[in-house]
Amino acid sequence: MKKLINSPETFVKESMEGMVLAHPDILKAHFDPNFLYRADAPVPGKVAVISGGGSGHEPMHGGFVGKGMLDAACPGEVFTSPTPDQMLEAARTVNSGAGVLFLVKNYSGDVMNFEMAADLARAEGIRVLNILIDDDVAVKDSLYTQGRRGTGTTVLAEKIVGAAAERGYDLKRLADLARRVNINGRSMGMALTSCTVPAKGSPTFELGEDEIEIGIGIHGEPGRERIPWKPADEITEMLALSIIEDPAYTRVVREFDEEKGEWVDVELTDPPFQPGDRVIAMVNGMGGTPIAELYVVYRKLHFIAEAKGLKIVRNLIGNYITSLEMQGVMITLLRVDDEMVELWDDPVLTPALRWGI
Amino acid sequence: MQTLTRDHIVRWITHLAAVLEENKDYLTQLDAAIGDADHGINMDRGFKKVLSQLPSVQDKDIGTILKTVGMALISSVGGAGGPLYGTLFMRAGMAVGSKYELTAEDLVAMWRAAVEGVIQRGRAQLGDKTMVDALLPAVEAMQQALAEGGDIVAILQAGVDAAEKGRDATIPLVARKGRASYLGERSAGHLDPGATSSHLLLKTLLDVVTE
Repeated sequence: MKKLINSPETFVKESMEGMVLAHPDILKAHFDPNFLYRADAPVPGKVAVISGGGSGHEPMHGGFVGKGMLDAACPGEVFTSPTPDQMLEAARTVNSGAGVLFLVKNYSGDVMNFEMAADLARAEGIRVLNILIDDDVAVKDSLYTQGRRGTGTTVLAEKIVGAAAERGYDLKRLADLARRVNINGRSMGMALTSCTVPAKGSPTFELGEDEIEIGIGIHGEPGRERIPWKPADEITEMLALSIIEDPAYTRVVREFDEEKGEWVDVELTDPPFQPGDRVIAMVNGMGGTPIAELYVVYRKLHFIAEAKGLKIVRNLIGNYITSLEMQGVMITLLRVDDEMVELWDDPVLTPALRWGI
Repeated sequence: MQTLTRDHIVRWITHLAAVLEENKDYLTQLDAAIGDADHGINMDRGFKKVLSQLPSVQDKDIGTILKTVGMALISSVGGAGGPLYGTLFMRAGMAVGSKYELTAEDLVAMWRAAVEGVIQRGRAQLGDKTMVDALLPAVEAMQQALAEGGDIVAILQAGVDAAEKGRDATIPLVARKGRASYLGERSAGHLDPGATSSHLLLKTLLDVVTE
């Protein structure tokens, strides 16, 4: 294993320290428990948006802390969810009194740790709602699995929901928006190469020199199929059509009902894409993919969307949700309405995403 | 043996930390086959934290000790193992309360509360290829042994035997929870790492009371 690290044990902390030294005007770090938070937190009257997850997906989530996006991000060990004490301390730090929204990717560890954190924060009188992101169409059924994984839509949700919080949406309205973004977003990724978790020291999975994995998860979880390499246009078509032609997807998620004061099961359905839909398209590198290759993918995606009657109204191309040094790409399409586009265009100032300021 | 003492509990936790360190690579290998290759690493990190906190509570009641273990695991393990094992110890601690020794009835009630906590937190059922597959049969067997008049050793022996059987029964199962569920049929043929560590938990307690 060759990596630009000093030791696997200090990797996450040293990376956080570097971020704060680089962007002292945007964010601060808290250690033990670890989290990054907005330099100007708590922002009076504003609902705080907190996300987090295993490290190794940078710039998500720490790179999205700042004005117009996240109030705090809680990094776990590489590919391991953060622990409840991190989210609890982050919530205490950034809560202005208007409450906290947890944006949680649907992995069993993340879901449980964020639920426990929400319970602990509520016990201290902090209002908290959790919204799950589960957008990975590579997972077809939810009955016999943990359900769809949270992937690319998380980035778009953090931007849109963060902007809405900045505008002054209250907690309930913010949670409704986050849920709406999630059910309108779909993603699918693929890998050309594996990746190596520092603490393990060897590749997470083996992929032959001429093999690719279609439908890969962001921790190297297996996808739909392993096939011989194909040209970029064919790969793009496989991913884009899996997303665009995905039928309605229904599953049950657990959300906290403030009126009943307990966790309840909520049935959600993602409506399929229709000709005429406007979308935000993200072509996301998995960490080790040249940007020029991402544009080759975007080129084909543009033509496919056009042929399917989808209008790409905004796009985001680059490395935003990664799997360490994995080479590969993930496509995300998010159906948007006027409100979501306006929120997307709102100013944002974070280490990894900034415009309008 | 008619009672389990606080000294047993402290020795159990201490010994468990050593057992998990010994099994760190083994559990991680099991996890690499069907999960994300961190179970052994995470449990070892968690129990190192537990060991650092144990001296401050080892002269307190059993409930306090177990709840401290639970909180240490919750704040250091991460993944799914943190909340699940953390909940197991928290619920066990809440069930025994401020007692300094446990009767056979207390022991079984403690394990039942602990396992019910795990099921509630993880929403897994028997046969989903999770730690529940080792823990739930163990509790049933312990209840049975208690009903038959068994002492602490007999009860724990019954629990360990059932956990071992339950653990091995996860091999042919297809995972339905957690990251292994994404493998679908490919998860069959592998031992579940969570069921394996759960068996170690019980086995270590039995070893401590019979040593």
